[in-house]
Amino acid sequence: MNRPKVQKYVKPKHIDDYPVGPQFTAGFLAETNAGWRTFRPIIDKNLCINCLRCYIVCPDGVIFKSENKVDVDYDYCKGCGVCAHECPVNAIKMVKEELL
Amino acid sequence: MSKKLFISGDEAVAIGTKLSRPNVISAYPITPQTVTVERLSEMVESGELKAEYMHVESEHSAMSAAMGVSAVGARAFTATSSQGLLYMAEGLHYASGGRYPIVMMNANRSLALPWSIYGDQRDSLSLLDSGWIQVYVEDAQEALDMIIQAYKIAENKDVLTPFMVNLDGFVLTHTYELVEIPEQEKVDKFLPPFQTPNKMSFEEPKNMAFSTTPADNLEYKYQQNRAMLNSIDVINDVDKEFGDKFDRYYGGMVQEYRCDDADVVIFTLGSITGTVRMIVDKLRDEGKKVGLLKIRYMRPFPEKEIIKLAGKVKAIGVVEKDISFGYEGTVYTNVNSALSKLDNAPLSLDFLCGMGGRDVSKSDIYNMFISLFKAVNGEKQKRVQFINMGVETDE
Repeated sequence: MNRPKVQKYVKPKHIDDYPVGPQFTAGFLAETNAGWRTFRPIIDKNLCINCLRCYIVCPDGVIFKSENKVDVDYDYCKGCGVCAHECPVNAIKMVKEELL
Repeated sequence: MSKKLFISGDEAVAIGTKLSRPNVISAYPITPQTVTVERLSEMVESGELKAEYMHVESEHSAMSAAMGVSAVGARAFTATSSQGLLYMAEGLHYASGGRYPIVMMNANRSLALPWSIYGDQRDSLSLLDSGWIQVYVEDAQEALDMIIQAYKIAENKDVLTPFMVNLDGFVLTHTYELVEIPEQEKVDKFLPPFQTPNKMSFEEPKNMAFSTTPADNLEYKYQQNRAMLNSIDVINDVDKEFGDKFDRYYGGMVQEYRCDDADVVIFTLGSITGTVRMIVDKLRDEGKKVGLLKIRYMRPFPEKEIIKLAGKVKAIGVVEKDISFGYEGTVYTNVNSALSKLDNAPLSLDFLCGMGGRDVSKSDIYNMFISLFKAVNGEKQKRVQFINMGVETDE
């Protein structure tokens, strides 16, 4: 699971440094985008069976594996709750952000 | 050996397209373009042209599909006219902004309402700002040749801008002429396969057609304008290279006719050029110093060529099948903008004619020259004249 890293965007100095038209190498993430999340999915790693159903259903592709455990990229998770709803073992709980 | 065929303008475009080896044709039929896309679909069906033919459900889809084709590095062709062109208007800006060098034939036809299938140039001229290169051809031979040249110009790495080849509806699309068909082998040498940096591929994945904030949007618009200005040199170079290989030179941005010592010159766009050329010859026989400037490209605009000629003449008449309601003809507005850069600009008159398919006769053209001579001699003439109005208007 190669996940693109957030990189700082520096505006080009010269017009020739811009790409030709609005196209650029895929995966250049310049900004995070999760500001409107009100509920945060939290995975109980003891209950999780690594089935990756959450990975398949996540509309934003923010589920990933770290050290062989399923995790969520909170920089891009919008808190829709689909993962929690679909988890077959109820390992994901939606917790209100302000309570965290 | 190249051969000659007796064909219509629509068929000439189809053959020019076939010779350019497009990978995909996405088009929706509309009068008077229909024969072009029918011929192309027949060529694909018979295997004569190795391409995909997409029967799309609308012109908007035709343009959207053409962008998809171009975005995987393939060569796209589409064709339309009038209402169809307007229906794909959103796509036109999208394609030019995305720098997809699509080539499109547009059969110039009037716009509704009142509904009319006859020819005029209001369709393409109303989309002058869509970021497409626009050429206007005079006959079927030029139509065929310009499809081939269009790909070469549009796909140039300094241009990467879509290209619209305009030909007058019916007058060119449905009139039969003897047209020389270039040999495929020579066309292949002239027009290499399409290469683009903007290509969707598994090897080099790209985020294509992205959004920008106000912090970057202007730079992309500047780039588009620069690419269009770059195309001027490319247009002239390609015209020369084409002429060297196929023995037909069109003059690049404009084509002058008997302008050398002319006092009065008429500017034209499209098929009316042939009629004006005849009247220039007639007036020259009478000893009048007249000439003709065929504006071939409306975008980019031949500002430099017009300024150079205008500095030597006393009066310019613009003949156009168009009006921008509430002002004047769009070609006239563009010509006058070029003239404003001269210290002593010649006087200019606008002759609006041929709209909705109304005939423009030799005597109409003759009278335009007479009006220009009267203006030169200080006799007041209307700046914007409706030619061949069938009724009194109390003006």
